[in-house]
This record gives sequence, C-alpha cells and structure tokens, in this order.
Amino acid sequence: MSKDIFVVVEQRGGAVQKVSIELIGEASRLAADLGEEVTAVLLGHQIADRAQALIQYGASRVLVIDHPVLEHYTTEPYVKAVTHVIKTYDPNIMLFGATSIGRDMAPRVAGRVHTGLTADCTRLDVDVAKYQEYLRTSTSLSLQPERIDSLDTSDRYLKMTRPAFGGNVMATIVCRKYSPQMATVRPGVMEMPQRDPARTGEVVAVDAGLTMEDQNVTILDVAGNDKKVVDITEAKVLVSGGRGVGGPEGYEPLRALAAELGGEVSSSRIGVDSGWIEKNRQVGQTGKTVHPGLYIACGISGAIQHLAGMEDSEFIIAINRDETCPMMKIADLGIVGDLKVIIPKLTEAIKAYKAGQVI
Amino acid sequence: MKIVVCIKQVPDTAEVKLDPKTNTLIREGVPSIINHDDKAGLEAALRLREQCGGTVSALCMGPPQAEGALREALAMGVDEAYLLSAREFGGSDTYATATIIAAALRKIGFDLIITGRQAIDGDTAQVGPQIAEQLHIPQVSYAEELRAEGDSMIVKRQFEDCSHLLKVATPCLITALSELNEPRYMSVGGIVDAYEKEITVWGFEDLKEAFNPDWIGLQGSPTNVFQSFGKQLRAPGVVLNSLSADEAVEAIMQRLIQRHLI
Amino acid sequence: MDFKLDKAHQLQRELFRNFAEAEIRPLAKEMDEKEAYDMDLLAKLQRYGFLGIPYSKEYGGAGSDTLAYTLCMEEVSKVDASTGITISVHTSLCCSCINNFGTEEQKQKFLRPLVDGSKVGCFGLTETNAGSDVQGAQTTAVKDGDDWIINGSKIFTTNSGFADTCILFALTDRKVPAAKGLTAFIVDLKGTPGVTVSDNIERMGIRAASNCIVSYDNVRVSADRVLGPVGRGFKIAMGALDCGRIGIAAQAVGIAQGALDEAIKYGKERKQFGKPINSFQNTQFKIAEMQTKIDAARLLTWRAAVAEDNHEVFGPMAAMAKLFASDVANEVTRFAVQAMGGYGYCREYPVERMMRDAKITEIYEGTSEVMKMVISGSMKLK
Repeated sequence: MSKDIFVVVEQRGGAVQKVSIELIGEASRLAADLGEEVTAVLLGHQIADRAQALIQYGASRVLVIDHPVLEHYTTEPYVKAVTHVIKTYDPNIMLFGATSIGRDMAPRVAGRVHTGLTADCTRLDVDVAKYQEYLRTSTSLSLQPERIDSLDTSDRYLKMTRPAFGGNVMATIVCRKYSPQMATVRPGVMEMPQRDPARTGEVVAVDAGLTMEDQNVTILDVAGNDKKVVDITEAKVLVSGGRGVGGPEGYEPLRALAAELGGEVSSSRIGVDSGWIEKNRQVGQTGKTVHPGLYIACGISGAIQHLAGMEDSEFIIAINRDETCPMMKIADLGIVGDLKVIIPKLTEAIKAYKAGQVI
Repeated sequence: MKIVVCIKQVPDTAEVKLDPKTNTLIREGVPSIINHDDKAGLEAALRLREQCGGTVSALCMGPPQAEGALREALAMGVDEAYLLSAREFGGSDTYATATIIAAALRKIGFDLIITGRQAIDGDTAQVGPQIAEQLHIPQVSYAEELRAEGDSMIVKRQFEDCSHLLKVATPCLITALSELNEPRYMSVGGIVDAYEKEITVWGFEDLKEAFNPDWIGLQGSPTNVFQSFGKQLRAPGVVLNSLSADEAVEAIMQRLIQRHLI
Repeated sequence: MDFKLDKAHQLQRELFRNFAEAEIRPLAKEMDEKEAYDMDLLAKLQRYGFLGIPYSKEYGGAGSDTLAYTLCMEEVSKVDASTGITISVHTSLCCSCINNFGTEEQKQKFLRPLVDGSKVGCFGLTETNAGSDVQGAQTTAVKDGDDWIINGSKIFTTNSGFADTCILFALTDRKVPAAKGLTAFIVDLKGTPGVTVSDNIERMGIRAASNCIVSYDNVRVSADRVLGPVGRGFKIAMGALDCGRIGIAAQAVGIAQGALDEAIKYGKERKQFGKPINSFQNTQFKIAEMQTKIDAARLLTWRAAVAEDNHEVFGPMAAMAKLFASDVANEVTRFAVQAMGGYGYCREYPVERMMRDAKITEIYEGTSEVMKMVISGSMKLK
C-alpha cells in the first residue's frame, strides 16, 4: 500500500532551494489531511548536514543519497536515485519543485516507474471540502455551484491544479490508476512553513547503487549567468514610472525597488519621449505589452494607450497623487500619496522582510 | 546526421479565452501556430544540417489540421514530414503522447531528436524527457546553445542561476528553448515546395505494433483532467487615501506577502 | 468561380504579413524620415525569395505566381509602400522583360541572379521630356562594331541608387517614331564606365525608396546586352508596364487597407463625447464604405493577376485595377487622416505617411489618365 508524501529536495551547490521548503510545508498540510507523514529526499554530495533543517521545517524522515556523481545535477544519476527511492519506499505522493531541474528529472522518473505527472501546479488538495471551498471562492466554477456540490467528498486522491493556455485556463488533474501521484509545483506559490528547532525526525542514508558511470553526459563547464539584454515582457515584476517621477533621476528609487523585487523598471511614454529612460522599457501601445505578476505604476495617470499595454498584469498597484486618474480605477491597490517618500520606504521594508526569511 | 524535430501546433494562447458559462475553451477564430520552442528546435536542426549535412524530418502529433504546422516546417526547409493522427490518440496525457511519438521515432530512425522545452498551451515540459525515457537515450533539456562535434552534441544547458556546458553522445534528445536562436521565416519558394511534397500520415494501424495499445489515448493516460475552469474575474480594487507614508508601505507589504510576491 | 485563396497562397500571405509586421513595420517611419532604404532589410527580402516570386525555379526564382506576388505587394505596402515599389520595379519591370524577351543565355546570365536574390534590378524608360508620351525620348544607342554606345539620361529610375542591373530603353533609330525606334538593353549599373547615378530625388511620398537620375555618357555595351529584337523596345516596355500595373494596384490596395486598419484601431480607443469614435454611426458607415471599395480594388487586382498567370490578355484588366485601386488608396488614406483628426496629421502615427505615399500610385507606371486611354482603347469605341 502506497504511503506518505515524499518531497524531492533541490539543492544547488549545497544550498537547499526555497521551493523545497515550501513543498515540505505543503506536504505537511496534505499529510495532516491524509493521516500520513512527510519524507524529504535529499540528493547530492556531502549534503547530509542539511537534513536537520528539513526536519525542523516539517519532514518526519529524511532519506539522504550522498554520492559524488550527484555533485552537479545531471539527469540520469538523479533519475536513477529517485526511482530507487520509489521502488524501495512506495510513496503515495511525490512532489518536485517546478524548476529547470525538477522539470527535467520528474518526467523521466514518472516515465520509468510508469505513473502520471502533473506539471507546474499552483494548488494541491486532498480534502474535497477544502477543494470545494477553493472552487467556490476563487474560480469561474462559482457560477455552477451544482457542479461543485456534486463532487464525491470521500475522494482522497491528490487534486493537482495548474494553469494552462498561458494562464487563461485552470485545470485540476488526478492520477488514480498509478502511484506515486506525482507533481511539480511552481516556486513561490506554496506558503513557507515555520521552522521549529525542537522538531525531531529520522535521517536515513540510502544506497541507490549509483556509480560514476551513470552519468551519460559530460560536464565541460559550469558558468554563472551572464546578464541578459533587458526584455520587460519577460519580467515577473515591473516597477513603472511616468510623469510623476519628474526626471531621469526619478527612476533611481524605482530601480532599487525593482532590484529588491527581482524585477525590472519600465516606463510610460512620457519618460521615453523626454529621454529619461531607454525606449525598450516603454509599456503601452507604441511600446510593449506586458503581463507581469506585479505591476507597480508610479506616477502614471494611465492614458488609454498605456493601459492597453499593461491591464492584463496579475496584480496592479498604483501610487499617485491624483486619486481620480484612470490608473487608480484599474489598480488592485491604489495608494494616494507621494511616491518619492513611499518608494524608498517600501524598498527598505522589503529588504527587512527578506532578511527575516533567510533559510 | 539524421535529425527529427518534434513540433506541436498550438493555439496562440494570448487569444484563448474560457467561456465563463460552460467552462470550455473558445477556440474558434484563434490562430494556430508552431509552438515557439519547437520552432527554435526546427531552426537549430536546419543549422546543424547546414553545418554537418544529413536530413531534417519534422514530426507532429495532432488532429488532421496539424498538417498546417508541418507545411510550415517544410516551407522553412525540412526534408520530410510525418503527421501522427488518429482518434485513438485523442486525450493522451504526456506519458501517452510520449509513448506514441517514441513509437514513431523508432520507425523513422534518428541520430538526434530535438523537441521544444514546453508547449505554450499545456506548459508541461514533460513530453521531451518522456520520449527520451521510452527510447532509453540521454536527454539534455533547456538548451540555449547547440553545436555538433563529431558524433556528439555540445549543449549549453540553462538553469535558473547558472548554465552547464554539456557534451552528450548521439543518439540523444535535446529540448530547445526559444532563446536558442531566431527562427528563419518560411521562404516563398519553400512554400511552393511544401505543397508539392507528400506528408506521411500515420494512424493507429500504422503504429500499433510499435507501442502497447493500452498505454495510449484517454484510457491509457495515467493522468486525467478532473475539472477545468477559469480564474475568477478581477475583483474591484481599493483606493486608499490619506494614509501616512508608513501606513501606505504597510498596506503594500501586506498585499505583497499575501500574494507571495516577496 | 472561387474567390478563396488556396492553402499555399494563404500560407504565403501569412509569411508576407508576419514578415511585414516583424521586419518592416519597425523601420518604416525611420526609413521615410531618412529618405533611405535599409540595406539589411533589402537583404532579408532577397533571402526569403521576395524578389523572385513569380519566376521559375529553373532560373532560381520562387516558382510561384503573379497572384502570390500581389499578396506580397499588398502585405508589405500595408506597412510600407516604399518596400512595395522596391519589390515591384525589380520584379515586374526589370525581371519580366528578361523573362519574357530574353534568350536562354540571357535568362541564365541576367535573370538568375536577379530572381535568386543575389542582385537587384531597375528599369530606365522615363526621361525629362518623355513621360506618358515616349515620343520625346532622347537617349540613344549607336552601333560601334559589335558593341553599342549609349548616351543620354533617365529620370525617376526607382531602385537605381543600389540596383545592379537596369533594363534601359534607348533609341537605335532616330528616323522613325520612338515607338518603333526604341531598343531594350541590359546594363550593369555598377562598375560600368560612363554610368553616373545621382543622389535621391526629393519626393512627397515613398521617400524610403531609391529614385535617382541615371546618366549614360558613352557607355559601351556588348551585343549580348540587347534584349529582344532591335527596334522592339517600345513593345517590351509596354508589356513590362502591363505587369507592373498589377503590382501598383496591389500596392495601392495595401496602402488603403493599412490606413483603414490604423483608423479602425484608433477609433476603438479614442473617445469623444463620452464614447469611442467607432461607436458613432457616421464613422461606422464611412468605414463600411471604405472597406467595400478596398475589397473591390483587391478583386480587380486578383482578376488581372490570375489572367496573367493563365496567359490571357490582361493589360486592360491591369489598367482597371490600377485606376480604381489608386483612387481608393487616396480616398481611404485621406479618410484615415481625417478620422484620426490631429493625431492623424502627426508623424507619430503612420497615416500621414500613407496619405503621402498613396498619391504616387495615381502617377507612376502610367497615370490614371493613361489608364483610361488603355481601357477605352480596348473597348472598340470607334
């Protein structure tokens, strides 16, 4: 009988990635609904000392597979190791981060053990009541309550929800015939768990039978990322300035905020036409159309040509002195005030918040 | 070198909307295109052919109208095209899709298989690795640079924070990022040629010996769609007036944390 | 009768449209202001076969047809009429002469590099004193041994600023009317002693296109450069212009559709008196009228193109298409500027450029008045 929720922990250069902690948090919530436990699978070389932290975040058991062939990520040795874990421990559910590693490894593992895999999930449910509540409050199915009410509340399968068609559509996927039920989960979506230094658990060293010959590609070089040419359409966060920033120097605090949010600076037309900022950062009809997860409009009144380029952003914050401007009408959060005071304070607040979140 | 590029015909997702009443996709009038990553794969293959000779084949699984994507590939300059199309293939998830495509690839033969990293409609990035798994060949995904060196491929493999330069022996499978290159256009003469060539169409009967029929289609797929729906429409926002700067920052921080934006 | 394009033509149109949007649109305004064609763009047009569309693969062309060529002309001219004329002069005026009248040897030697994308062509007929009336032609070619010596000057030679090959018309017999005394020559513009190309002539529209005066001072060409029989140049020129008019008609359709599309896009967003201007019935009716005329112009153009592809008499059809389409282009661009008001008049938006570009379609390759002469001349009125 398949049992327990396994999280494949991702580490790079020995540093456990934040998504893996988020997954342990989510796995703990699901495990509570199922009455099962959370196992973290830690793969790498000389990484056993990271196991305690995983327990403190919520794992009951950590399986450590330590081998020199796992020092840098390559597909085959990792797939072999995880497959060994599945064959040995028969998990009910297995979760990976939907990162460039997780999305390379998980499909091959699923193929090898012949089970289903759902990519890039943004929500996981076991408990049907919680899933129904989600459908009622956050989706277009709220218009068809009879479809929500008709769900079988005894269903204990993992309901894996993910965006498709560029986020226009959401789908919930199930894998009923095979185990483990596998998913990759988008980073930054699941809530970070609290660390509890008092938590204890079991650490098990696992021999997956790896050899150096398992690596069927040769790593010739490992290089850091070179800074890419700015493409604001790719940015997840845009801090955008308009007439209200006042001049080229007015973009400086915006840059600092964007850097803190891992985003880019963009502009309305006035900033570009006035030569305050380069043309490739212009949003709007004569610039680029963007749909970031967060758009902070600073001193942009929101001419129709500008709105056409950004109104599909997932979350819009407007900071402007003019309460009646069109941008305020489409913003999810409008702040009436002086951006020159608010932006630097916000940057500091984010810095302070992030400092308190370090793993 | 014999290169096979797997391509998918996808709706231009920017244009796809959900009917809020029926929760089904509105596909009418939405233009179909070759998936971006796959098109970069086609370009990479054509450049490899220019560099080392050989042939480039394009393979597409889909409904009969997916022929359009293959004509476009032919018009870009690929040598031959295969369409895998059958009612029995419908409803396949990534595992089942990989099963069908791998069967066809065994029949076609290959030194190098290139797929796009992921399709813009499904966004799974799973079919490429799962094809490689079924064919028992090495894979390198997220390729942002690619060249041939003898019987091996040298691939720059992208990660979030770094890249690896990898050497992998053929036969192998590589998944292409759209950053890999700027795909060429079709040429006018290429379009003329494309309509003079035959596209090989394989259905269930043509491939049934090459895969386990229980592992394909809706029935053979390990995963199934349980529900599909749209996100709720944007709720009206709030405008906060007469806050102090610190209160304003507090209000913003609250949203950023709540929405996992930091 | 089927008014739908077949799949190959649909795919070609998609190519032309995507290329025009991605490659030409971003450059159109700047090229107009600099009054210079972008040479990298020209190289891309060559690479993808835009300069050899209706010519046989046997000679390195794309192996397509005149209908596809009109689709290309319309789609590129929607965003930039200068690109349209650059392609049209090369394709219809220069290449068609060699294709229709050249010997096999001339086709291999001169047509192949033009249609396979290696070289660019132009067409030298008009002179300062010989426009609609060719009778005033003064450029001469005099036999000298086996060679010919050419003297004179041609004005408004489109593409001549960068073209390699020119189909040049010169009088080889001054004793007979020009219509009987003209001979066509294939002349290399680059590296031929005695050939001088002026700076661009400053113009109202299609300013990105190259258009210069080409002077010939004792230019010596060999006998293999004579195209068609000596003394048959007028017939060759008129045949080329028949082909060219289909291209210009398609260019005019493109300018008109491009301008109307801009006006529609603007009118969806621009609000006056509390609602988008497209919601006013006056605007809607004007747009309906303009689109009807554009469709009519397009169908006339396609009819002429298909007739040429079927080797039927198409000259009068081409003239009708050009007469009508050029008129529509001027009417629609004027409407687009008006509909967009002050913004339409500003150079930030493309419709003022389109309005300037539209005018020439009523003038070159035969004025509208000449078109009426061609059409009425085919109608047995006397």
